[in-house]
Amino acid sequence: MPNGLPKTTKTMSSSTWFKRIKQGILTSTKEKKDVPDGLWFRCPGCKKTSTIDEIRDSFWVCPSCNHHNRIDAEEYFEFLYDEGVYELLFDNIVSKDKLGFVDLKKYKDRLVDAKKTSGLKDAMTVAVGEINGKKLVTAAMNFKFIGGSMGSVVGEKIARGIDYSIAHKLPFMIISKSGGARMMESAFSLMQMAKTSAKLTQLAKAKLPYISLMTDPTTGGVTASYAMLGDLNIAEPGALIGFAGPRVIKETIKKDLPEGFQTAEFLLEHGFLDFIVNRKELKQKLSDLIGYFE
Amino acid sequence: MQYLDFEKPLETLILEIEKIKEVGEKTKVDVSSAVKELNKKVDKTRKEIYSNLNDWQTVQLSRHPERPYTNYYISRVFSKYQELHGDRNVKDDKAIVGGFASLNDEQTVMVIGHQKGVNTKMRQLRNFGMANPEGYRKALRLMKLAEKFNKPIVTFIDTPGAFPGLEAEERGQGEAIARNLFEMINLKVPVICIIIGEGASGGALGIGIGDRVMMLENTWYSVISPESCSSILWRTWDFKEKAAEQLKLTSKHMNAFGLIDGIIAEPIGGAHAFPTETAAIIKKYLEKTIPELFAIDVETRIEQRIEKFSAMGFYDETK
Repeated sequence: MPNGLPKTTKTMSSSTWFKRIKQGILTSTKEKKDVPDGLWFRCPGCKKTSTIDEIRDSFWVCPSCNHHNRIDAEEYFEFLYDEGVYELLFDNIVSKDKLGFVDLKKYKDRLVDAKKTSGLKDAMTVAVGEINGKKLVTAAMNFKFIGGSMGSVVGEKIARGIDYSIAHKLPFMIISKSGGARMMESAFSLMQMAKTSAKLTQLAKAKLPYISLMTDPTTGGVTASYAMLGDLNIAEPGALIGFAGPRVIKETIKKDLPEGFQTAEFLLEHGFLDFIVNRKELKQKLSDLIGYFE
Repeated sequence: MQYLDFEKPLETLILEIEKIKEVGEKTKVDVSSAVKELNKKVDKTRKEIYSNLNDWQTVQLSRHPERPYTNYYISRVFSKYQELHGDRNVKDDKAIVGGFASLNDEQTVMVIGHQKGVNTKMRQLRNFGMANPEGYRKALRLMKLAEKFNKPIVTFIDTPGAFPGLEAEERGQGEAIARNLFEMINLKVPVICIIIGEGASGGALGIGIGDRVMMLENTWYSVISPESCSSILWRTWDFKEKAAEQLKLTSKHMNAFGLIDGIIAEPIGGAHAFPTETAAIIKKYLEKTIPELFAIDVETRIEQRIEKFSAMGFYDETK
């Protein structure tokens, strides 16, 4: 025991002194490695690191704690579609700033920045391809692009995806991952809820299946429109799913929220999901589901 | 009568008139010409104020404590109103009301709307016009009932948003609103939606899919309230005026964007100052529009509804 410590600490053993009690720090100093950035992936759930290759091979699901890490459209497409082969649809539709919206930043500049930092064109990417030999149109959201916010492009790509499904008689899936509506498009973003719901009724009339996969997070206007309208509503484990955000609810009711509130498991328990699917089993499950409808 | 800060010149004049009248009565002096002069001034001032409203002032007007709510319009526009309660599942949500009513004792309609409370106690009972899932489900139940018996539907929208509560989430606020959007788009009967106060986000849209979506002149309709927008994008509540401006949420903007089908003009001075007149204007609008919509055949009407909402949005299409 070092000198000069107050007497009260005498009862504490030296091992307690040096043990890391802060949650999440699991690597001992000895095991710490110096590596260049971009090769390692640190799980936001359990804070354990694995190599990028390892985590990619396990579908971006943490091998230690099963945390389903946020991934965007093309990462899903790569492991869902056979041999990672798919065709991007309507990739030429991009957002513009019709309202001249300015908050702390101009929406116009936000769009430019979002494109640059994410390398994506908008918060929605649509593709068609085969899943175990069965064709499926998938519209998947990109959280990296302004929080996966639903603006006009998101709505239009869903609309065209549905038209494509109807024209080719194919099942349709949306992978939701969004903070909600894109405020910078004001009422236009609100109306995407109406627009996508309207289009989904056309898909329903054509008797084509619609699978809604909710991933972390699915909130706001997305939950209150297409995410909840699946013939099958499914979700990834642990995903935050809700209409109002947890912070807003907490402020409203002025109480702490119960553990597990608004998780996929919570929604399953309350009757709003058909089932929860582990990402590793997603491809097989989807091909089974498509099979039921054939 | 309560006056908003930008209505102060109006208040001053009206107080002046009252004072002069009082003096006239006491002193038995004829003040009628002075009163007449001042009344002219009142009209002029009112016109000036109301033709130059900024966006935030419109938001304030939409929330004016004396602005009529759904139940007021129901009582003035229709007769034989029978309120119908409950979603047949959980409970009766007091933030959304609805029932059968008659227009001119000729046409039965199903009228549904958000209801805010008129005093502190009622405001609580009505949950400030913020509906829970059962409110949206009650609304849908009534709409389906109307559809079954081929009666047109009129909705009055006036909400600061769907209620963001714990139980609302447990009972599926998102699902309830989504289901209404999905079902309303294909209703076989004419649907007319009128925003009579606040049109906040999904809570408004949840009873807002119609063949005609109209806004009373001094109302707003947006994806988020100016206050919440300010708190999220500016990270402080202080930019609500700026947010209101940026959101372009007034009836004029919304009409110019083609996101609504039209504006129902209010008397100069607003619905809160002239509630009876405003109700009469709404009634006239319904008398004209319901037969117009019935004249369109069902399939076409639904198709037009779907096409209208499907066309909303702006984007670039690169080569």
